[in-house]
Amino acid sequence: MRVFVEGIGILGPGLAGWEASRAVLTGNEPFRSAPIMIPSCDRLPATERRRVGVPVKLALAAGSAAFAHAARDAAVTATVFASSGGDGDNVHHLCETLASAWREVSPTRFHNSVHNAAAGYWSIAAASREPSTSLSCHDSSVAAGLLEAVVQVCANGSAAGLIVYDHPYPDPLHATRPMTADFAAALVLTAAPTARTLAGLDVRYIAQTGNLSRMQDSGLEALRAGVPAARCLPLLGVLAGARDATLTLDYGEDAHLMITVFPAAAGASAGE
Amino acid sequence: MQPEYVPRVQPLSISHTSIVNCLGETSRAVWPALAGNQSGLRRCDFDDIALDTFIGRVPGLERVRLRDDLAAYDCRNNRLAQHALEQDQFATHVAAACDRYGAGRVGVFVGTSTSGIYETELAYRRRDGTTGALPPDFHYAKAHATYSLADFVRRYLGLRGPSMAVSAACSSTAKVFGGAARMMAAGVCDAAVVGGVDTLCLTTLYGFHSLQLTSAAPCRPYDEARDGISIGEGAGFALLERGGESGNENACWLLGAGESSDAHHMSTPHPQGLGARLAMARALASAALKPRDIDYINLHGTGTRTNDAGEDTAVVELFGCDTPCNSTKGATGHLLGAAGVTEAIIAMLALRHGRLPGSPHTRTLDPELKCNYQLHSAPSHMRRVMTNSFGFGGSNCSLVLGSAPA
Repeated sequence: MRVFVEGIGILGPGLAGWEASRAVLTGNEPFRSAPIMIPSCDRLPATERRRVGVPVKLALAAGSAAFAHAARDAAVTATVFASSGGDGDNVHHLCETLASAWREVSPTRFHNSVHNAAAGYWSIAAASREPSTSLSCHDSSVAAGLLEAVVQVCANGSAAGLIVYDHPYPDPLHATRPMTADFAAALVLTAAPTARTLAGLDVRYIAQTGNLSRMQDSGLEALRAGVPAARCLPLLGVLAGARDATLTLDYGEDAHLMITVFPAAAGASAGE
Repeated sequence: MQPEYVPRVQPLSISHTSIVNCLGETSRAVWPALAGNQSGLRRCDFDDIALDTFIGRVPGLERVRLRDDLAAYDCRNNRLAQHALEQDQFATHVAAACDRYGAGRVGVFVGTSTSGIYETELAYRRRDGTTGALPPDFHYAKAHATYSLADFVRRYLGLRGPSMAVSAACSSTAKVFGGAARMMAAGVCDAAVVGGVDTLCLTTLYGFHSLQLTSAAPCRPYDEARDGISIGEGAGFALLERGGESGNENACWLLGAGESSDAHHMSTPHPQGLGARLAMARALASAALKPRDIDYINLHGTGTRTNDAGEDTAVVELFGCDTPCNSTKGATGHLLGAAGVTEAIIAMLALRHGRLPGSPHTRTLDPELKCNYQLHSAPSHMRRVMTNSFGFGGSNCSLVLGSAPA
């Protein structure tokens, strides 16, 4: 399956946006972890903005950046949201309340507990009535999200935004599911090359173990391994260098995605 | 509303299904209850919960033991999953599909809204008094995580195709039909196990109560006195293939799927049902059908004031006031993430039996609602039906099912 990348967003420790991160992702500048500043989503009404948790802010920020990069209207574009575990802060608060004697859960916490909370707020912020799929595939949520987004683009012949995000759980859940950092990334994918195409991707699902692609820099590799959403870093690294390469992304223990990245010009000619 | 291009869904055969909920453990038990206007709702007797509400509980889950090699996946949700996979020889039929296509060519696309969170709620009652740690026997990935259900189903059935848990609240297990159809259209797999499971837990019972959306009576969709939902639990699975098995007279066809977002509010549906109407219109377009081609609509019909009013507006605007429709949630309760597949299978049973299901507990239709709501089960010749599933976050999905591929 072939799709084209039109916009990219990234937000992680020391990775403050696509342009600011490119030299780090290509290895031309050293990676230095730094606290994340998550921009607030000014397209959400103030009442909604106050209600969203960190994972939703992460997702909206990376997604908005990718759509701005692509100069594409989010109101008329389908989306796929992939997150390993959604909003763990919220799950923790609900479970703590439900284990207490009074069990009075907050209605806002409850409606924010759905895995598609980010998609719901996105739809409100972007005024989008387009379809949106929210999914999880544990450590392979990036692979599943990419496959779903690529399949949507190919099957529907229209653009889709893929947004991946994860936020560490608080204790005691953190001890059972450690994640090392906040991370979100987004890609705007199109069915045919456009004037803004950055690269082309050929994506295949292969039902056998692959030779996993990793990051060369030890800090970025630790981030990749430490946060499920950051499993997209090798792909972003190749896109940052505007080079062609074939990558392997684990899809569970017994399968993988093979992703071939090719430059925009080659994609444009191949598409004609 | 602007006409828009919606790609055709290539009809897919739904060759085998499995359904478990408070009405029964097989389609042979569930259908007579629906045809007999019966309800499986009971006053809440789950855990130690003292809420004044009714629930649809599957009895005996406490005694289900997971297959030995998957024991670490033990939680109420996966117990119900295994129980459903073992009904109606569903797992056997999947194994045969696996032989036909190869394990790597059969995908697993299942939905859930709360997965194994009940296990986590129980673990939070047993935190270490000093450190606050969860008990050592708590397995996050296998018993709590959103993906746990898909992982369990894939391993139980020995499949190696792509898998994912779709979690879009109460639209989850309708959306997996559309997702699987796309995967098969793109050639990623040749067959798919779709469906999903949601089970009773404190989060949803207390959560919907906090929003004042649970009724103290059994839910009464479209009734003038309706005042909220009854939460239920259930599982449903379906095997999707491109061509039907010859001689399988139970096969039904997925003809269309339409999805939309409300862009309105996290827990309140759009008051005029804009997103709902868009999902239904897209489902029709993807099946290349007109509203008059639909013989019955299984409504989302939760029994809340707002859902039923918005959905009614959307149905009447698109279909007019004639198309027979009703909600089966008075029989099963609202199965949340499992509602989509459950009601898709109910719609298939209606097609197969040539009979509309009943709508127990709904007595006096709300005069403000204008759709052709059917209170009682009755014979009806149907060729194509629609089923609606709408959820929190404004996530909507409608499916079109038929007794023949065209």
